[in-house]
Amino acid sequence: MASAFEYAPAPESRSVVDIAPSYGLFIDGEFTEAADGRVFKTVSPSTEEVLSEVARAGAEDVDRAVGAARRAFVKWSALPGSERAKYLFRIARIIQERSRELAVLETLDNGKPIKETRDADLPLVAAHFFYYAGWADKLGHAGFGTDPRPLGVAGQVIPWNFPLLMLAWKIAPALATGNTVVLKPAETTPLSALFFADICRQAGLPRGVVNILPGYGDTGAALVAHPDVNKVAFTGSTAVGKAIARQVAGTRKKVTLELGGKGANIVFDDAPIDQAVEGIVTGIFFNQGQVCCAGSRLLVQESIHDELLDSLKRRLSTLRLGDPLDKNTDIGAINSAEQLARIGSLVEQGEAEGAERWSPACELPSAGYWFAPTLFTNVTQAHTVARDEIFGPVLSVLTFRTPDEAVAKANNTQYGLSAGIWTEKGSRILAVANKLRAGVVWSNTFNKFDPTSPFGGYKESGHGREGGRHGLEAYLDV
Amino acid sequence: MSDKPKKPHKGEKDDRGESGGNRRLSVLKTYKLYVGGKFPRSESGRVYEVTDSKGTWLANAPRASRKDARDAVVAARKAFGGWSGATAYNRGQVLYRVAEMLEGRRGQFVHEVADAEGLSRAQAAEQVDATIDRWVWYAGWTDKIAQVVGGGNPVAGPFFNLSTPEPTGVVAVLAPQESSFLGLVSVVAPVIATGNTAVVIASERSPLPALSLGEVLATSDLPGGVVNILTGGTAEIAAPLAAHQDVNAIDLAGAGEALAKELEVAAADNLKRVLRPQPVDHFATPGTERLTAFLETKTVWHPTGALGVSGSSY
Repeated sequence: MASAFEYAPAPESRSVVDIAPSYGLFIDGEFTEAADGRVFKTVSPSTEEVLSEVARAGAEDVDRAVGAARRAFVKWSALPGSERAKYLFRIARIIQERSRELAVLETLDNGKPIKETRDADLPLVAAHFFYYAGWADKLGHAGFGTDPRPLGVAGQVIPWNFPLLMLAWKIAPALATGNTVVLKPAETTPLSALFFADICRQAGLPRGVVNILPGYGDTGAALVAHPDVNKVAFTGSTAVGKAIARQVAGTRKKVTLELGGKGANIVFDDAPIDQAVEGIVTGIFFNQGQVCCAGSRLLVQESIHDELLDSLKRRLSTLRLGDPLDKNTDIGAINSAEQLARIGSLVEQGEAEGAERWSPACELPSAGYWFAPTLFTNVTQAHTVARDEIFGPVLSVLTFRTPDEAVAKANNTQYGLSAGIWTEKGSRILAVANKLRAGVVWSNTFNKFDPTSPFGGYKESGHGREGGRHGLEAYLDV
Repeated sequence: MSDKPKKPHKGEKDDRGESGGNRRLSVLKTYKLYVGGKFPRSESGRVYEVTDSKGTWLANAPRASRKDARDAVVAARKAFGGWSGATAYNRGQVLYRVAEMLEGRRGQFVHEVADAEGLSRAQAAEQVDATIDRWVWYAGWTDKIAQVVGGGNPVAGPFFNLSTPEPTGVVAVLAPQESSFLGLVSVVAPVIATGNTAVVIASERSPLPALSLGEVLATSDLPGGVVNILTGGTAEIAAPLAAHQDVNAIDLAGAGEALAKELEVAAADNLKRVLRPQPVDHFATPGTERLTAFLETKTVWHPTGALGVSGSSY
């Protein structure tokens, strides 16, 4: 869309980040090479530039890291909660101090806009450490008995969509409750976790309390299977979540899983249209739609379908896609070539099945992995784009006539992570929220997160909750 | 069904069977499953012999099939909307009503538990009293658990949000093998107290108190389908339940180690919530663990808006 005003480029400087040409594994407080010497490259999704070469952990390294965590557990778990709290407060503060550096790093390695890393990811990362720091010396008041005990060594596997935020969600409650951790970041986004290792050193965290093992799926599988791991925490796809559930069957390992979603964003005819459109955009185009709780199914009351779609299309035409480091960029790059291909194939399937595809006029950069914001209309519940998690900037639009029909359609999925409700009628919000089978329901807002609030799914969206008082349970023997 | 030699059955020398010098033949009960508020025989037409601890024949219990298990899931799913949607106060009263009915049948259960587990009447009475009290304990939880495990969250922004526990859905329950009544109620009551519906597999060797519990539930205002009771081979019935796509959770209390592992693997298929078997003292007052194991937490966000004033003057 031609605009009266063009934006001048406003790139954030990347000089605040010093990325080394290579990184090791972080085991027992030291950076070290992988036992078999393997490495892999991490690239910037927006340019395909190789950022660094990173050691790739194998089974032997997993064993070393779990051993280090086990040794560290003895002292760490015996430390008074008030002392553990101070370490976590230190980490929270150092993250705040280094937030600009980490935001730029995350944007480079993940491809998401600096606007989001700076204003969403990093503040939440610090907030999570700050929140759980305060629990460390108050565990007897958390409702899990007067003297809840840690589990031991936590094996944690996190995805690439919010690399540092997922790390914070996993490590903060684990350390607060007295566990030690071995964390595997995703193979496409290992850098911020390795920078976090450096923050642990700056904070003086005892050796072995936090260990970071970059690697691929085989590394994660070895970590989950390790007999000396007491707790498994995983965020990622439902397919891998099921494999993990099978693997831990018959063991004493405690497991929490945060898996896929196909969130319904329900817009009633009395909703404030402009606010709803902003919420829909946030719901599905935040982080290029690579969000497990994305509002990827838009359920619109039939009587306002055309009006809402007109507004939505107009709004999508103003989104700016391009250099993620530019402060005016709304839509960044897709995280990897592999993910881009997956989105592409699901979208093609959507077209082949007869749904109507629309994207705003949008120029894609020549290098890097990009996908234009995409809408599907004329979607039925049987369509693949209405059933499968796409994990990209693709919104499927369905309609409904009555609140009951909206609820029935919203719940017609094997997932149950998130949902949105847009209406001016408070009683309708409460009635609909009550009937939705989803772990998080946003009314007249979407994609809001806070460390005090439990987050997690019903049905095949996973087991357990992260965040809040509830998030402590996953790391305590209760 | 069995090639063992028939032993004299209990009715012939039972105190219920004799009165004075006039010998009266007692009326034996045909034990039936409890599914969807009704008492069907197993669709398979199969039964198995249930004996007391000395090997004396007590009854032929229905040997439920895979189809019975599926029927029970359908009944439990159908009942879920109404039961989970009932007010917690109402559910509490219904559960308390069950305790009232149990109390009225105390003598019968003492008798059945004594036979089933080879206990003296005094020991069995102790079990039954604890069981009735256990049911009362859970009746009192229905309208309190949300206050204990839910609540408001102080988010840093112009929003309020509330976390509320909600039932996870249809729960398959493998009742403990060794405790035919106290163990059974200790695992069934918490499941339904929180608004779930249940498909229960009774103790394989001692299924009769469970089937009699079905008769109590049927006359206690509990909607049909909220609790469904199956008897037969635990492993045989549990396998299709663990793999069932419309079952949301499974309590493995009555499974041995090998079976528990096998069922947990099957349960991963649709990411059922799994409560693994663990050592438990059925006489001890339980904590909230069995209640929370089958609850989800829903967090609902709402903007708080602004009234155009900044703070209050007092």
